Amino acid sequence: MNKTVTIEQAISKIQDGMTVMIGGFLGNGSPERLIDKLVEKGVKDLTLICNDTAFPDKGTGKMITAKQFKKIIVSHIGTNAETGRQMNAGELEVDLVPQGTLAERVRCGGSGLGGVLTPTGIGTEVEEGKQKINVNGKDYLLEVPLRADVALVYGSVVDTFGNIKYTYTQRNFNPMMAMAADYVICEADTIVEVGDLDQNEVMTPGIFIDCIVGGAQ
Amino acid sequence: MDDPKTIIAKRVAQELKNGSVVNLGIGLPTMVANYIPEDVHVTFQSENGMLGLGPTPDKEHENPLLTNAGGMMVTCLTGGCYFDSCMSFSIIRGGHVDATVLGALQVDRYGNLANWKVPGKLVPGMGGAMDLVVGARNVIVAMIHAQKGEPKILNECTLPLTAKAQVNRIITELAVIDVTPEGLVLRELGPNATVEDVQKATEAPLIISEDLKHF
Repeated sequence: MNKTVTIEQAISKIQDGMTVMIGGFLGNGSPERLIDKLVEKGVKDLTLICNDTAFPDKGTGKMITAKQFKKIIVSHIGTNAETGRQMNAGELEVDLVPQGTLAERVRCGGSGLGGVLTPTGIGTEVEEGKQKINVNGKDYLLEVPLRADVALVYGSVVDTFGNIKYTYTQRNFNPMMAMAADYVICEADTIVEVGDLDQNEVMTPGIFIDCIVGGAQ
Repeated sequence: MDDPKTIIAKRVAQELKNGSVVNLGIGLPTMVANYIPEDVHVTFQSENGMLGLGPTPDKEHENPLLTNAGGMMVTCLTGGCYFDSCMSFSIIRGGHVDATVLGALQVDRYGNLANWKVPGKLVPGMGGAMDLVVGARNVIVAMIHAQKGEPKILNECTLPLTAKAQVNRIITELAVIDVTPEGLVLRELGPNATVEDVQKATEAPLIISEDLKHF
């Protein structure tokens, strides 16, 4: 089974108004070619779930610059002044989520869980509107799952079935996002044949991946 | 004499114990790594997904795929490893990080910390700070004592909190202050600082330790 497609085919399902998850941490481990193609396509009113909005010319920051989001769910926007500007001008809704909570909410979304209990955010404005649950004498916040219509993830070495190996600090949110969307596109640095990737080194199983772009194409 | 930030970084470095796992925040806290004594082995964690953070690479060894939580290119020491964000925050919230060092906009007598938002002015977001402050066993605030004469160590924080009652120790160029159930205890004075200097730059009342000394 060969899941490799052209980048045009891969993004053809992404329409205005959808919720998209995009892997990467300040752009490292983000699928830059897919992002560039989405900027070119000009889809708009998207909701983004990502760790951050990177930089104006890197990662999801390029889509901020192109004003393609109506809402973003992220942990940090401090490295991209344009995000702050759009937020202050009322052009963009920003939902700030503690980074560990964001990672767990995405994991829940892909793992069949109804949420996670975390002490993070207790006694801060993060707890507003959330259910507080006491377990063995300690308070936790109930944080609910996040899912998306489409996830865009990035792998270093990916076989044609979608088995992924990441390198260095490019893994970050990619493994969880690959499990938490209805349609998952993986951009690969290198695409190899099934069997060429050592089974012991597969970090994300290929069953989560719907299509693969990148490599030498 | 060293500049104030170096004074702080050198003093914080003495807090880190042999064999410990430590997460350093962006900015001043990052400088702490330069002053760890040679016989103390510390494993640094970076919340974007690595253990074994090493020194900043020279131009020749820069790798854009290997970055820290601030997006800067870094190195990974032998024995280090990489992982995803869920693992990273399980390490953090699960009590596997012995100490975190981070800056503050405000900190108060109850150990409350504010360092992620100035409403209407600066809203960078909390990133991993809320998880770190809740999860790390020892939370050390490292910061310049006052902001242009305005105290940052307050009776009660006025900015939105990062976490409630989680700070253990505050280290500035003027003082080492512990957060205790009785209030803030002044343990040490910075080079050339006096008790009066510290109290003048601090809004919250200070309990003077009986064995107060200079660091």
